Amino acid sequence: MKTILMTTALVLVAPMALADEIRVLNWQGYGTDLDWAIAAFTEATGHTVVHEYFTSEQEMLTKLRTNPGAYDVVLINSAFTPQAQAEGLIGPIDAAKVPNLADVDPALVANEDLNAGGALHGVPWTWGLTSFAVNTGDFPEAPTSVSVFWDPALKGRVSIRDDALEAVQFAALATGQNINNITDMDAVKAKLTELMSQIATFWSAETDWNQNMAAGQFAVATYWSGSAARSMSEGLPVAFVVPEEGAIGWLDGLSIPASSTKQDAAYAFIDWMIDPDFYVKWEAEGAPATSNTAAAAALPEESFNRKVLGDPATVARVQFMRPVPDDVRESYLALWQELKAAQ
Amino acid sequence: MTGAERLRALGLLAPAYLWLTVAVFLPLSAMAFFSFLTDVPFGDREWAFTFDNYAQALTNPTYATLLWKSLKLAFWVTVWCVVLGFPCAYILARMIKGRSREVLFLLVILPFWSNALVRVFSWAIVLRGNGVLDRAVNAVLPWDVKLNLMFSETAMVIGLVHSYLPYVILTTYLSLQAIDDTVIEAARSLGARFPRILWRLILPLAMPGLIAGAVLVFVPVVGSFMEPRLLGGRVGTTYGTLIEDQFVAVFNWPLGAALSFILLAVVLVILAAASPALRKATT
Repeated sequence: MKTILMTTALVLVAPMALADEIRVLNWQGYGTDLDWAIAAFTEATGHTVVHEYFTSEQEMLTKLRTNPGAYDVVLINSAFTPQAQAEGLIGPIDAAKVPNLADVDPALVANEDLNAGGALHGVPWTWGLTSFAVNTGDFPEAPTSVSVFWDPALKGRVSIRDDALEAVQFAALATGQNINNITDMDAVKAKLTELMSQIATFWSAETDWNQNMAAGQFAVATYWSGSAARSMSEGLPVAFVVPEEGAIGWLDGLSIPASSTKQDAAYAFIDWMIDPDFYVKWEAEGAPATSNTAAAAALPEESFNRKVLGDPATVARVQFMRPVPDDVRESYLALWQELKAAQ
Repeated sequence: MTGAERLRALGLLAPAYLWLTVAVFLPLSAMAFFSFLTDVPFGDREWAFTFDNYAQALTNPTYATLLWKSLKLAFWVTVWCVVLGFPCAYILARMIKGRSREVLFLLVILPFWSNALVRVFSWAIVLRGNGVLDRAVNAVLPWDVKLNLMFSETAMVIGLVHSYLPYVILTTYLSLQAIDDTVIEAARSLGARFPRILWRLILPLAMPGLIAGAVLVFVPVVGSFMEPRLLGGRVGTTYGTLIEDQFVAVFNWPLGAALSFILLAVVLVILAAASPALRKATT
């Protein structure tokens, strides 16, 4: 009986397994171009994979516009999916052709930007957070609220990144607002004004963040999830916190250009990329958080991506960043500069 | 000058002027041009001529606050450079002779050989709470001192003075060395004591060097942003940071260029206002 089933399955699969060469457009060194992963994919499906890289989101969009038919899979950050969809660059995803999609966190599949134009246009793949981390020397028990940033006892031991957008969105979280639609800018300004006198210095890169934490200069500071995982694996005494107020998130999806001629192979590749088997191996080499709850559950228990980010309750608190228009960005910068100049 | 001489002078000056044109004049003109545009003329961006950037830069109180802060910072750094630099230069030029002078001179120029960032980071290690300075002071003093100079205006001034002090020492050294010993001997033979000689002879004669050094310090410090950010932390936002933000963070080159030219104008005005005093001092 089992043999018969397998044979039938093989016969069914066979027409799809015609060897195609698919072209993937992504950042260099970002998961899809891992040699061992591609080799295993080719062995399993017969399809070969060729990569092309972009160095900015604008370049990715330009490549899609000017080379129709050249790409079969493209990585698009969710903040740019609506633009790509509106320009007709990418097509809707047929969920039936991506079996692993069933295990992907429904909250991510329902992401507003990935569902641009009313249908899923990108399969959620990886995500990460901007939240904060604490020095475990100062906090034997990790706090659960961002209010620690305003704790008078920590004056001069607090830090946030010198970035207008991040600062404003962080204050929006602290005042219980939607980071993508801040209605009460006065509250944000008041909250940030209060925060300024708490701050020791602004951090700008992973290295100076690590140094200041190691020297005990920082007790609590905003941080990125991927960087926190790295710092912790290097032995820094820090804990990453996703507070009850939520955190700022980014989400990367895999999309299929509307002009792709090898859609079946493209679907097979995307399914491969969200497969737990692939993710567990990739995670060991340092990957961002996965969209696939089954993949997160398959990780070693102590793994950062499982322990801290693997919980669907955490994902539910995340506010994913939406596109920010230039004029809004500049108004945030003006506010940020005003606050910094007043110091 | 005869025709042939003029031609030769032109030939000798040409490389220098070509270099100035390519490396200074052209980029500066491009920036001056950008400062009057609505957007950078790259790719298919739309742009038009406007005075908005200047209007915006001149009316925003934030920019004025930061400009004032940068000018104050530059003033204090210059004052400290002069106060510390003059005695150093005096000792080097008038009191030490022979080989030891060369060695000391080398030590003065030494900071120039290391990367500016390395210098700032080493200051960070020294100044931070529980850092080198903190521990050293606590090792000497019997009572507990909390010395955390890091991330303050003091830290900014210390770091900047250290970076720019050699300029003042070098220029002052040159003018001090040029003072004829016989002039001082003459003053002494007429009964003048050292304070009087210093005040009436040496200081006025060294003035051109001191002023050149002060200008060399003041101008770059007004526009500095790296040292203030790393050492000043929260209070380390300067006018230079503002310009950097426009170029790097929001890609608003026109406004950044306009801010730069306003700074240039302010510095020129200050130098022009000071020039009568400077001219008097140098003659």
